[in-house]
Amino acid sequence: MAKLPAATLQETLIQKLDYEQLTNCMRCGFCLPACPTFKETGVEAESPRGRISLMKAAVDGIMEPGISFEDQMNHCLGCRACEPACPADVKYGQLIEQARDAIETHTKQHRWWVSGVRKIVFKELFPHQKRMSLLGSGLHFYKKSGLQTIVRKTGAVKAFSKHLSDMEKILPDASSKGIVEQLGTYIPAKGEKIATAGMFRGCLMDVLFTETNIKTVKLLSEAGFDVVIPETQNCCGALHAHSGESDQAKAMAKNNIRAFQEAGVDYIVSNAGGCGAILVEYDHLLHEEPEWKESSSWFAARVKDISTILVEQGRPLQFAETIDDGASTRITYQDSCHLRNVMKGSNPSRQLLKEVGNVAFIEMKDAGSCCGSAGIYNVTQPVMANQILEHKMENVNATAAQYLVTSNPGCLLQMKLGIEKHGQKDRMEAVHIADFLYDRVVKK
Amino acid sequence: MLDSRVRQKLQDIVGEAFFKDDMESLVTHSYDGTPMLQALPEGVIYPKDTAQVSAIMKVLNEHRIPLVSRGSGTNLCGGTVPVQGGIVMVMHRMNAILDIDLQNLTATVQPGIITKQFIEHIENLGLFYPPDPSSMSISTIGGNIAECSGGLRGLKYGTTKDYVIGLECVLASGEIMRTGGKLMKDVAGYDLTKLLIGSEGTLAVITEATLKLIPPPKYKKTMLAMYKDLYGAARTVSKIIENRIIPATLEFMDNPTIRVVDDFAKLGLPLDMAAILLIEQDGDMETVERDIERISEICREELADEVSIASNQEEALRLLTARRSAFTALARLRPTTILEDATVPRSKIADMVLEINRIAEKHRVQICTFGHAGDGNLHPTATTDARDHEEIHRVELAFEEIFEAAIGMGGTITGEHGVGLVKAPFLEWKVGSAGIAMMKGIKEVFDPHHLLNPGKMFAKESRRRVVIDRG
Ligand SMILES: Cc1cc2nc3c(=O)[nH]c(=O)nc-3n(C[C@H](O)[C@H](O)[C@H](O)COP(=O)(O)OP(=O)(O)OC[C@H]3O[C@@H](n4cnc5c(N)ncnc54)[C@H](O)[C@@H]3O)c2cc1C
Ligand code: SF4
Ligand code: SF4
Repeated sequence: MAKLPAATLQETLIQKLDYEQLTNCMRCGFCLPACPTFKETGVEAESPRGRISLMKAAVDGIMEPGISFEDQMNHCLGCRACEPACPADVKYGQLIEQARDAIETHTKQHRWWVSGVRKIVFKELFPHQKRMSLLGSGLHFYKKSGLQTIVRKTGAVKAFSKHLSDMEKILPDASSKGIVEQLGTYIPAKGEKIATAGMFRGCLMDVLFTETNIKTVKLLSEAGFDVVIPETQNCCGALHAHSGESDQAKAMAKNNIRAFQEAGVDYIVSNAGGCGAILVEYDHLLHEEPEWKESSSWFAARVKDISTILVEQGRPLQFAETIDDGASTRITYQDSCHLRNVMKGSNPSRQLLKEVGNVAFIEMKDAGSCCGSAGIYNVTQPVMANQILEHKMENVNATAAQYLVTSNPGCLLQMKLGIEKHGQKDRMEAVHIADFLYDRVVKK
Repeated sequence: MLDSRVRQKLQDIVGEAFFKDDMESLVTHSYDGTPMLQALPEGVIYPKDTAQVSAIMKVLNEHRIPLVSRGSGTNLCGGTVPVQGGIVMVMHRMNAILDIDLQNLTATVQPGIITKQFIEHIENLGLFYPPDPSSMSISTIGGNIAECSGGLRGLKYGTTKDYVIGLECVLASGEIMRTGGKLMKDVAGYDLTKLLIGSEGTLAVITEATLKLIPPPKYKKTMLAMYKDLYGAARTVSKIIENRIIPATLEFMDNPTIRVVDDFAKLGLPLDMAAILLIEQDGDMETVERDIERISEICREELADEVSIASNQEEALRLLTARRSAFTALARLRPTTILEDATVPRSKIADMVLEINRIAEKHRVQICTFGHAGDGNLHPTATTDARDHEEIHRVELAFEEIFEAAIGMGGTITGEHGVGLVKAPFLEWKVGSAGIAMMKGIKEVFDPHHLLNPGKMFAKESRRRVVIDRG
């Protein structure tokens, strides 16, 4: 597709937005109760129906999209809770990506630090796994060296933004060694082999949560999968696609498809809902490029979340009867929006958690509603993100759980932050489901 | 554009944050659930209490600026499209439950509360508020009252009008009026409560409502009857009533509706059936069991292919939810979905369904039909494409004929969705010229300057067509 930069945002919107999808929205409003930003504000423009009508009005020439149009689009979490709620099957996720893509080519209004963060994150870091692990060592050094204490004491971090300083408190011990450095690229199945699973290591996951990646691989092996970890894979591109950097997202997708095809895997396993959701949509991401049709469909059809593959394809795991003596452990589960709404994987995680010995699973109110993490939303929209988090924590606290289990690194960090800020931090811990399960599996 | 003095006065009443006239706010209040209609207001205002509504109304009355009250904009008759500009008043902030009176079994609420939230609250107290429009997870009680909404339980329990016993409202002049109260009996003068119910925001702004609550039924059973023969299904409906059984729910879906609903809700419905009836009975266990058994017999007598009874509450709930999503699920077929609301006496259901199919074929349009068959309230729904003007024209012709057919059978042009903008040209067909004159007279007394939801209910001109008045 030839790409001439259009003169105005309006023209770019006309070019990019799928008009068919815009007209498919019949304005019934069924999506309103599902939308966290509408729940927080009660304002129509902050609802899926409202946002779609704004896109349509811009394309129809009823209004010229200005700064507040951009704001409205940026306020959307991209959690896509509106999609399963929509009986008319409007592909909202695609619309918001197209709108943001258009905005990205025109906007001048990022605050300096937002554009700074975006530039570092999107261009300099995520595409480069090497730099990501350097970042890992940096964080590692930062924590271990005592620099962290100094920064905290002097309050230097606060100078950036209150929110970043909150985040800084809950960052885990990042690792300088990723999963391949620690486990190699091939981990054989325990017992009889069922199939070969390709591990999608993720960029953030591999740096901040290497341990979780390792446990994910070990769970797969316990459940009967040969695991390969193609070294040439890179970032999934989700943050780029959701923020309007779609060209870069496409380049990343192609590289990942190549990597896993060469590895000859039966499944591609993700343990991060946010990554998994774009991986299953690689066929859509590349739909304008016919030469990629076959391989992107091959890829998309093989993507599984770790819980789903364990439940649907794996040999049943054997869980220890109990690890605490006495009373059972209270646990609750915060859905990853993308795992739930895009990958449709809200049941397998719950099923696995209920199989663990001696736990009481307590379903929290609105578990499926976004925690406010949403990619880098909590960095770019701190006010709304915090408001959503505060309400989320009311529901979390009401469960009085000891473990708050999640399925995505962003949610995990946000939940840690939530516990730190509004939670019962002396008695509650946020954990990734792979860690929680692996620690309770009877190893063969 | 709004005069800057008016703007200032409105902002002074509600505060800066709650009066908006940026383009985004105007656009997002230019439509409702009705397809193909859009008009921009000049401002959007969010009052927090009756006093603010009254103050706002006084300003608007003084400057002769129109007002459209709006709940969640889910109505399907263009009821909240601000066709003459002016201000849209969103009632969402007025969403409190003011009083639950367990001695009198009443609830007093503000109009902006979401219907489902209210119902859940009431049910947690072990009580029952039956009106349940399919839009209840979004719609407001105020919108329900203004449209006199019905729902899946209308057959046995009646509709919104049967549960509203008192109202507080703000008149066009800004004065506050109260009607009714926590009274089960009240014949003091004309029944202004009932007059306001279904008045579609054209007579006053409702600011508070007292609702009647009842004890919930003890026991419930849900069943499905499936037919290869459409006429058999429709006849079953008349026959159940004829047998003096009034089910709590008696819903009808034709084949295209079954297909899309199943596609959306993944229920495993049989896709080769011409029609399905969804039937629910509630009450004492003994009566329910007896009724369900008799209903099953009737279904079989009318050659139902299969009759199945939901094995548990969960299954029953899934079926009801699926039926509630029928309308929007139909939107998967074509870009534009136009749902109508023709209603006939219950004994005429079968004839009406056949008539709809005949008319659809004649005009070469796709019309799927579902609805509250037990009430005689059908929703023939055209799936079409607004961009194809020629086809839209044929859809309009088909609907005109459908309304005419309904009235010919002693029916009406709308059973629950209201007149609003889209049915206005047909109102005279139903109520006659004397009826229109009387209604206009009433409107004149309430709203002499035509400020409240102007352009709705009364069309500039009625469609020319000779129709016999049959009430
Ligand atoms: C998917 C879907 C399913 C539906 N199912 C049903 C159904 O089963 N049964 C049914 O009857 N309807 C149904 N409807 C129609 C619609 O939901 C109802 O008419 C509902 O009552 C409208 O409520 P609302 O809060 O959205 O009101 P709105 O659409 O905002 O307003 C409706 C009318 O009420 C007026 N109004 C609103 N608030 C006030 C107030 N406080 N004072 C005075 N006037 C006011 C408005 O001016 C307008 O004329 C359905 C609609 C959709 C989209
Ligand atoms: S539920 Fe779907 S069709 Fe209805 S308003 Fe929302 S996006 Fe539009
Ligand atoms: S993606 Fe989430 S935040 Fe955005 S409109 Fe949909 S439900 Fe609302």
